[in-house]
Amino acid sequence: MNYKMIGKILALILAACAVFMLPALFISMADAQTQAVQGFLFAFLVTGAVALVLWLFSRGATKDFFAGEGMVCVGLGWILMSLFGSLPFLISGEIPRFIDALFEIVSGFTTTGASILTDVEALSRGMLYWRSFSHWIGGMGVLVFVLAVAPVSPKNEGFTMHLLRAESPGPSVGKLVPRMRKTVLVLYLTYIVLTIVNFLFLLVDLSPFEALMTAFGTAGTGGFGIRNSSMMAYTPYTQVVTTVFMLLFSINFTCYYLLLLGRIKDVLKDEELRLFFAVVVASIALVTLDLCTSAPTLFSSFGENLRHASFQVSSFVSTTGFVSANYDLWPAFSKAILFFLMCMGACAGSTGGGFKAVRVLILIKVLFRNINQALHPKRVKVIRINGKAANEKLLSGTTAYLVLYLAVFLVSFFLISLDGESMMSNISSVMACLNNTGPGFEAVGAVSNYAGFSVLSKGVLIFDMLAGRLELFPILMLFRPASWRRD
Amino acid sequence: MKILIAGIGKVGETLAADLSADGNSVTLIDTESEILEAGIEAYDVMSVEGNCASMETLLEAGVETADLLIAATGKDEVNLLSCMTAHQLNSRIHTIVRLRNPEYLEQAYRMQESFGVSMVFNPEKQTAKEIERLLKFPGFLQRDSFFKGRVEIVECLIDKNSKLNGISLQGMNEIVKCRVLVCVVLREGEAIMPDGQFVLREGDKIFVTAPTEQLSLLLKNLGVVTRKNRRVMLAGGGTVAYYLAQELLKSHIDVQIVEQDEERCNWLSEFLPQASILQGNAAKQTLLESEGLSACDAFVTLTGTDERNMILSLYAQNRGVPQVITKVNRLEDSKILDTLALGSVVCPRSLSSEHIVRYVRGMRNQTGAAVAIHTLAEEQAEAMEFIVEEGTLHCGEPLRDIRLKKNTLLVSIAHGTGIEIPNGDSTFAVGDRVVVVVGRDSDALQLNDIFKY
Repeated sequence: MNYKMIGKILALILAACAVFMLPALFISMADAQTQAVQGFLFAFLVTGAVALVLWLFSRGATKDFFAGEGMVCVGLGWILMSLFGSLPFLISGEIPRFIDALFEIVSGFTTTGASILTDVEALSRGMLYWRSFSHWIGGMGVLVFVLAVAPVSPKNEGFTMHLLRAESPGPSVGKLVPRMRKTVLVLYLTYIVLTIVNFLFLLVDLSPFEALMTAFGTAGTGGFGIRNSSMMAYTPYTQVVTTVFMLLFSINFTCYYLLLLGRIKDVLKDEELRLFFAVVVASIALVTLDLCTSAPTLFSSFGENLRHASFQVSSFVSTTGFVSANYDLWPAFSKAILFFLMCMGACAGSTGGGFKAVRVLILIKVLFRNINQALHPKRVKVIRINGKAANEKLLSGTTAYLVLYLAVFLVSFFLISLDGESMMSNISSVMACLNNTGPGFEAVGAVSNYAGFSVLSKGVLIFDMLAGRLELFPILMLFRPASWRRD
Repeated sequence: MKILIAGIGKVGETLAADLSADGNSVTLIDTESEILEAGIEAYDVMSVEGNCASMETLLEAGVETADLLIAATGKDEVNLLSCMTAHQLNSRIHTIVRLRNPEYLEQAYRMQESFGVSMVFNPEKQTAKEIERLLKFPGFLQRDSFFKGRVEIVECLIDKNSKLNGISLQGMNEIVKCRVLVCVVLREGEAIMPDGQFVLREGDKIFVTAPTEQLSLLLKNLGVVTRKNRRVMLAGGGTVAYYLAQELLKSHIDVQIVEQDEERCNWLSEFLPQASILQGNAAKQTLLESEGLSACDAFVTLTGTDERNMILSLYAQNRGVPQVITKVNRLEDSKILDTLALGSVVCPRSLSSEHIVRYVRGMRNQTGAAVAIHTLAEEQAEAMEFIVEEGTLHCGEPLRDIRLKKNTLLVSIAHGTGIEIPNGDSTFAVGDRVVVVVGRDSDALQLNDIFKY
């Protein structure tokens, strides 16, 4: 392991983290919230100082940097960032317990949106900003941001590929343009522009602050709101706008780049996108139908059924976790669909979480091939994704990912069960954290939160959120002793 | 600049490294996904999998907006088709094509226009040229030329009997009696940028900057016998051997080629009637001896296997052949090369890559990048040629007042037609050309990057 290089990159991550705290600090100053100002100022200074020390320690790093280093960097980077990011909550005393503060900020950075707060509205505006902003930062990834602005020499930047791969979601991460810095800039610009458009749409009905917070929550597909009732109290217009933007942010960002280049055909032919939208449309139709027939008393009109069905479908499939109506009261079939959507999640290369539509696509194809091969053992079949042959490493890697995903789920589920909540609460809370959705069902449902869990359970869920956001390997790598061997 | 490299073999990979480090946007094209994978993990580049001669692949790689296509696959026909296709899709594009079959060379030059080819490169031919250059001055292990051939950096080995053994660099000028400058010393595999007090000793390899016209004087004063090569033996009869023999025969040097394959021997004999072609295994020492290895002036190993070339060279050195040249394809980076007495080492892929990098820098020269770049001392140092421009700092100031970065030397200045090996009083002005030697870890891309402030 190249510790110095890892140290250097961690220093950059922390420096970025410190800078990101500044807007919240200014807001707290403007509001004259002494507690919050103290919290942010202290956190800013500590984070900055640690970054500086790390940077000095890592001077003269060599450039030997491989996949393993990339993963360790990303895993450690996110953990450090979360630890330092929790400081403002802790020091200001607005979230007095360490585990709660950590849970809240991890939930923010991983764009989960699961909260331990019973009264969100009691927080100061600076804290609300920091919570929502953490979604926006975590959505695209901090390292990706660091890659775009970091002062790295132009020679031998091949290693940055390992960082992009480890942090970005999806089984096959590639570049849009040859230069890493440019690729990252394109991604971030797309992200910023979409966020601004979303913000402008929201301004119609909301105050600027509220619109910005909602835009952050939507863009990162996070789900932190600034009201206790999430989005239930918002106007139908705001809900519809959010529905659309949640979907837009769960599309692979490469599609937007291709659209800009005028390659609309390629976008329309994208198999993952087709699968994603097919699932979304079918789900909306089924949930609406189910609501109309099985629970006709819940909402007054078909339009309202459709609106809430689309909102909730969009919220779950994008793994945002906003709530427009208490879906816990909905019929079982609708809840089953929402649960499925939560597991599948968004497209690779988006800000959304979950298992990723493209992996579902690959697994379906592998499954069909294997059934076919059982009947015709000699048959040779190459699996094609978007017209290109997928190599066997990708296919076996995806199956392995599924197994690992289930293993993490099961172990977490057992540990959470010690708390004695209902079966569905336990399953859905683990799934909601592992897929970075946020709210689950029953005890962690639409109108509840995670405050009731024990310290152990919160720790497990924090692990799940990080593992889910970074797609398991970077976090699991840290528990592998060989990763730390000096060689 | 946006550059596509098709065919990621030895040359392609070196190019990917050099061109991306130079700040270009590089896209690799190859049919093997594993090779591409290794490429994007090592360099800041993008990759496209597919056949580089097919329109679809080229379009996917963005040929329409690219500035340059380098077709470097192992197949000449594919390379040519790739260039033609690219040229049809984008008439502005420059194309560099690799051609190794001598039968195509003529038509490639004559039909350059219709093939859409801007430059042909041929690693084998370049290697042959380089070896020929080395054979002309037997005292030097490596020669790199600058200012269009008016200044060279030559590599010499200090052996036990050398006049320079145990001499400090300050004392050196009295011995060589001409103005030269030692820019790098390679001692035990490590490159050192020496100062005046540095004392040379046996086993050092020194890199000396000198005007080309003084090279023979330098050799003479160094005590190296300036004899002409009259008889050269080549081990291996591949394409390089063919080109090299052709050139050597033109300057009336006797050429013996040892080649194992009988059919190849017939071919060589047909196309090189004046050379003596020997059929047999070059690794058989009795064969080499019976054909008079010890009496040869020079021995060049050109077989397809690096290891075999190295063994043969060691043997020839051991037999006391005055000049030995070893061709190495893959093992160039290996530290072991330095520890062995292999004579001059020539690496086709680096030669081609340097040549192409120079072309690319020429294409975008307005940016102030180096116009030529040569690697020295086992790639531990680089010699770069720059043009002094309006924006260059410290114009007209004497060198002793200018602070350069660590491991950086200004080794030569060309004012118009005059060549200067600089000392503390030297200055440079706009329009001059300068050669700068920097250590490997330097990130200098422009002339101003070498100054401390």
